[in-house]
Amino acid sequence: MGFTEDQFTDDQMIRYSRHIILPEVGGKGQAKISAAKVFLIGAGGLGCPISYYLTAAGVGRIAIVDDDMVDLSNLQRQILHSTKTVGIPKVESAKGVLEALNPDVEIVAIKERLTPENIIGYIKDYDIVIDGSDNFPTRYLVNDACVLAGKPLSSGAVLRFEGQVTTIIPGEGHCYRCLFEEMPPEGLVPSCQEGGVLGVLPGIIGTLQAMEVLKLILGKGDVLKNTLLIYDALKTNFRKVKVPRNPECPICGTNPAIKELGCYEANYCRA
Amino acid sequence: MEEIIPDKRIDIRGLKCPYTFVRSKLSIESMNTGEVLEILLNYPEAAASIPRSMQDHGQRVLSVDKVNDTDWIILIRKERD
Repeated sequence: MGFTEDQFTDDQMIRYSRHIILPEVGGKGQAKISAAKVFLIGAGGLGCPISYYLTAAGVGRIAIVDDDMVDLSNLQRQILHSTKTVGIPKVESAKGVLEALNPDVEIVAIKERLTPENIIGYIKDYDIVIDGSDNFPTRYLVNDACVLAGKPLSSGAVLRFEGQVTTIIPGEGHCYRCLFEEMPPEGLVPSCQEGGVLGVLPGIIGTLQAMEVLKLILGKGDVLKNTLLIYDALKTNFRKVKVPRNPECPICGTNPAIKELGCYEANYCRA
Repeated sequence: MEEIIPDKRIDIRGLKCPYTFVRSKLSIESMNTGEVLEILLNYPEAAASIPRSMQDHGQRVLSVDKVNDTDWIILIRKERD
């Protein structure tokens, strides 16, 4: 996209100076960041650090969808929310903090649950989708919608002391179903009460996702395409696992069985 | 010697590091390869650091001149995007 030096006010030049100084970013890269529109699912453990850093970076528009209210038990890890915002919608709590951080960024707060009926209508206006959800039905719904709509997707997950990050570029690399074809049966997945999570972990995974998104926007470096990054916090170990695209994948394979968004039963823990 | 006519001039007197470089970099980025930028500045440290950083970023420093008690003029030719 075009770039003129007058594009930045003096305040913006100062705010983004540590970006502009980087040869890989510069004014042109910052202009790309300012023009980018991202769609974030979840204002929880992952969504908070993701949106916090992307707002600080000056991403033009960030939509955040979440139908939940802030609960006292969230505050151990969901760093946008506070004791004062317990009981109000998470997207409103997040919007207040993010707008105060950077008025350049347009925050679109959507207090809804994503469904097969509404998701495509939302993501079609955005460049990149970011999954910070905490349940399998949403994870599969978001994956399938992004594959069908051809939208790049940053996907992250955390449980206990382990986190995973991957970046899905439909048509180029693997998708979530290449990795795990079907949703696990409900009983096999630990619920949040059984699971637990050390509060810093979603911060680490979420900031990795934010970094992936900025690299996608800038077109610099290598993203986690065809790759799953696994972080073991107890052992302080990062491991990259190759995930080839599966030609038999039910949604992105050569003969996909899934051609439209179907039913995604949502009965997992939503805390 | 042939006199160099700058394609663009900026006056960044009053700015300090790192904004002296940030403003100069934004100007260079908005210019075409081969064009020359003239930077007028009065922050002493930047008289040394701007030429160094511009070189690191692949641009050519044509001259650095102290023009009076307080001011410098630096000429940079844009070599690459």
